[in-house]
Amino acid sequence: MVTTERGNGAIPVQTRKDFTSDQDVRWCPGCGDYSILAQTQRVMPELGLPRENIVFISGIGCASRLPYYMNTYGFHSIHGRAITLATGLKITRPELSIWVTTGDGDALSIGGNHLLHVMRRNVDLQIILHNNEIYGLTKGQYSPTSAVGTRTKSSPEGSLDVPLHPVTIALSAGATFAARGLDIDSQNLPRVLQAAHAHRGTSFVEVYQNCNIFNDGVFDNFAAKDVRADRTILLEAGKPMIFGKERDKGIRLNGMQLEVVELGRSGVTEGDLLVHDPTIEDPILHIMLGRMGYPDFPVALGVIRDVIHPTYDQLMIDQADQIIRKMGEGSLQELLREGDTWTVE
Amino acid sequence: MTTTAKGSTNGKGSQQGHIQELERVTIRFAGDSGDGMQLAGTQFTNTSAVFGNDISTLPDFPAEIRAPQGSLPGVSGFQISFSSHQIYTPGDQPDVLVAMNPAALQTNLSDLPAGGVLIVNEDEFTEVNLRKAAYTSNPLEDGSLKSYRVFRAPISKLNSRALEDAGLGLTAVQIDRSKNMFALGLMYWMYSRPLETTTHWIDEKFGKNPTIAEANRRTLRAGYHYGETTEMFATHYHVPSAKLKPGVYRNITGNEATALGLLTAAKLAGKTLFYASYPITPASDVLHELAAHKRFGVRTFQAEDEIAAVGAAIGAAFGGSLAVTGTSGPGLALKSEAIALAVTVELPLVVINVQRAGPSTGMPTKTEQADLLQAFFGRNGEAPVAIVAPATASDCFNMIVEAWRIAVKYRVPVIFMSDGYLGIGSEPWLIPNVDEMKSLDLNLTTNPEGFQPYARDPQTLARPWAVPGTPGLEHRVGGIEKANITGNVSYDPENHNTMVHLRAEKVARIAQDIPDIELDGDATGDLLVLGWGSTYGVITTAVRRAREEGKKVSAAHLRYLNPFPRNLGDILGRFDKVLIPENNMGQLLLLIRGMFLVDAVGLNRITGRPFTVSEIENKIYELVGKPTAARKA
Ligand code: SF4
Repeated sequence: MVTTERGNGAIPVQTRKDFTSDQDVRWCPGCGDYSILAQTQRVMPELGLPRENIVFISGIGCASRLPYYMNTYGFHSIHGRAITLATGLKITRPELSIWVTTGDGDALSIGGNHLLHVMRRNVDLQIILHNNEIYGLTKGQYSPTSAVGTRTKSSPEGSLDVPLHPVTIALSAGATFAARGLDIDSQNLPRVLQAAHAHRGTSFVEVYQNCNIFNDGVFDNFAAKDVRADRTILLEAGKPMIFGKERDKGIRLNGMQLEVVELGRSGVTEGDLLVHDPTIEDPILHIMLGRMGYPDFPVALGVIRDVIHPTYDQLMIDQADQIIRKMGEGSLQELLREGDTWTVE
Repeated sequence: MTTTAKGSTNGKGSQQGHIQELERVTIRFAGDSGDGMQLAGTQFTNTSAVFGNDISTLPDFPAEIRAPQGSLPGVSGFQISFSSHQIYTPGDQPDVLVAMNPAALQTNLSDLPAGGVLIVNEDEFTEVNLRKAAYTSNPLEDGSLKSYRVFRAPISKLNSRALEDAGLGLTAVQIDRSKNMFALGLMYWMYSRPLETTTHWIDEKFGKNPTIAEANRRTLRAGYHYGETTEMFATHYHVPSAKLKPGVYRNITGNEATALGLLTAAKLAGKTLFYASYPITPASDVLHELAAHKRFGVRTFQAEDEIAAVGAAIGAAFGGSLAVTGTSGPGLALKSEAIALAVTVELPLVVINVQRAGPSTGMPTKTEQADLLQAFFGRNGEAPVAIVAPATASDCFNMIVEAWRIAVKYRVPVIFMSDGYLGIGSEPWLIPNVDEMKSLDLNLTTNPEGFQPYARDPQTLARPWAVPGTPGLEHRVGGIEKANITGNVSYDPENHNTMVHLRAEKVARIAQDIPDIELDGDATGDLLVLGWGSTYGVITTAVRRAREEGKKVSAAHLRYLNPFPRNLGDILGRFDKVLIPENNMGQLLLLIRGMFLVDAVGLNRITGRPFTVSEIENKIYELVGKPTAARKA
């Protein structure tokens, strides 16, 4: 439902520069957020949207500074609540393209409740969660996605909390779109962002983001350049699930479980592998794929789920339209006079 | 059908029973929460309003929604006062108490003055019910009600008989549910009210269910005829019409008036109204009312929590909508961080607080005024907001429109302080003509020439409202401190000092835009009684009575609390003493003493119920001396 017409004409050709604000970027040098920002600015011109119809809304945390660096409308709100502002804005201004920038603490800890509810409502928003498994802005405490035993200033002997799994949470709450990217992956991340934009409804994107100050290298075991091909798998719709530097490994369903198989070994062929279908209604397989993790499985990247459900904002419009069609537009003066009235002479 | 033709209307007797003319009557219906007392009360109210009386009502709900039948916590009440002249309160004490069961009698009798009329449904005074109501003996028989004029009516039996014989095929439960209509019919006879308004309502309400409609009509008439034929009441009464300003009236509760005011503000602005709320007593009715009016250009959003509601409203405000969030005290506490965000991003936002008794959960169905300081100061940092408070139920309409005018013009959150008493209480409302109301200019910025997000209007200090979708005005706002004019993130010490002062000054300048506070009474005197919010009716009544007693007392009522009207300091200085009655521990008192260095005194009762007129009157006499002559009855 996004308007691509601007008043009377087409949108002028835009470049990354048009989406770069005049503010100095203040993240720590080497932070993964730089790369996510660059990919985002690069993708924007390709969406065919008038710049004034794009809004970035964030909460609090390192990632949440991103709106200041985008030359679009932006709102840097309060901790955990970006989704609520985005929901109110989308309901009242459905023609806008609204992007929520959030982090693991912002979206899953203080703002956890809103994340569940936006998913079940399927408000047409893009939610980009920069997951660095740490609290960066407050200088390095463990976060709701930190692995058990993470040693930080607030957990000197290691954290006790079992981490939340963002994609599982989103899918369990009814997400119609879930995808994953890597901050430095300039191939896949822009594609994921584009797909998120194309999806109507809540698009949930988890981006593994390196915090080189407080949690450096936390994703290296599968995301480092030299191991990435063997320890991640790019899910592509309609394609068999093959991965590995030599493209010799695949994912197969064995009973109720996923398993990694080697092509050519014990007679395994491409035909035995799962073919990715992001459009299956039942989210169980998508959840299983989303939960795959090193060392037993490759980490899934790309679009995991993309199903079409009516959006909350559209349903709200439809409901109002239907009432107006049935009963006509209301006359306020008549409404004020409703019920028993009497005249005093 | 009306009885005014029967007998004389001057109080002189006739053999068929007197009709006595009265100025004002206060009736309380009390029964089990399943007995339909709210409905009976509302119907009596509407009939009396249409009849031309001035009215004021106070429903009293039980705290538990499903308290056990016949139990003390399950008692529900509805008090209505109707009069031949203008009235400002639902009456301190009822003249008539209708008690549908022992529990209702037990919880309400202490409010009935000696000599008052007590009508009881004697059928419910069974051993079991008496025990549930903690009676050790039957008050109808043990002589404990001697000081009242007691009328025993077998309401349950008569109601069943009227319906069983009708062959309508109703179940026992359906029959029992109608007995409130019987009681209502009885009261209609007693006060010479016509049945039309209620029969009309029955037809509309149960149009699809003719059997139920017929049952209700039948038992209503049966109650009426019972009063007529039994001569149970030696006298029945007539309260003539009141002299109100000419025009078309309806009866309205504060929450209804608030909702209609919001729709009107949106219409005056030509904008969509966005109402985001999380259900909470006693504010939910505003949400219900608006949700039912989607064809008037309102979007309602029932959020997952209080914070989501205010967040959604702020998002909608950023997008250029008239955005409102409504709640009650505990919800306001949850919203405070977000309200401070709205203060700092300088967007128009209206926050409705229908106050209830606190702290914490407190007494959700009971009224209180104890959130005033929360509204003033309940946020981190220096975060001033504008605050308005309606004085009566129908004034909710005016003041919510005012809240919008201020919010939009000054780009500031406005907190609207209603309360449980105003929200569910009702009074007649002179219906305004929307076409004659002033339109609301949102003054959205569209020109990119020299646009700066924090540039300021020289008069109001408001910043531009530049909404997404406007080409060339792309900018970023946020809770982190911004440089004045450019809106860039700023940690500059001097800029922060400037911004804190600007936000305060902006709210202070609203004073140039609001009416002076008015005095009820002489411009100088011995005592000024200053109030705010729902105490208007009791204060006005008490002060006028004291003046009739020759006391030099005036009243003034604040509907604008932040900022205060410009002439408030002057008015305070013209009286020897200042009394501030509040249903809190002295919150306005603290502000007045602190800001004006006036040695005001408080009257502070926090019972969950509004003040009675006599409580305020007594305090007035304590301060300025008792009236010399004995007061006429
Ligand atoms: S603290 Fe970590 S996440 Fe935050 S800006 Fe620095 S590197 Fe990035």
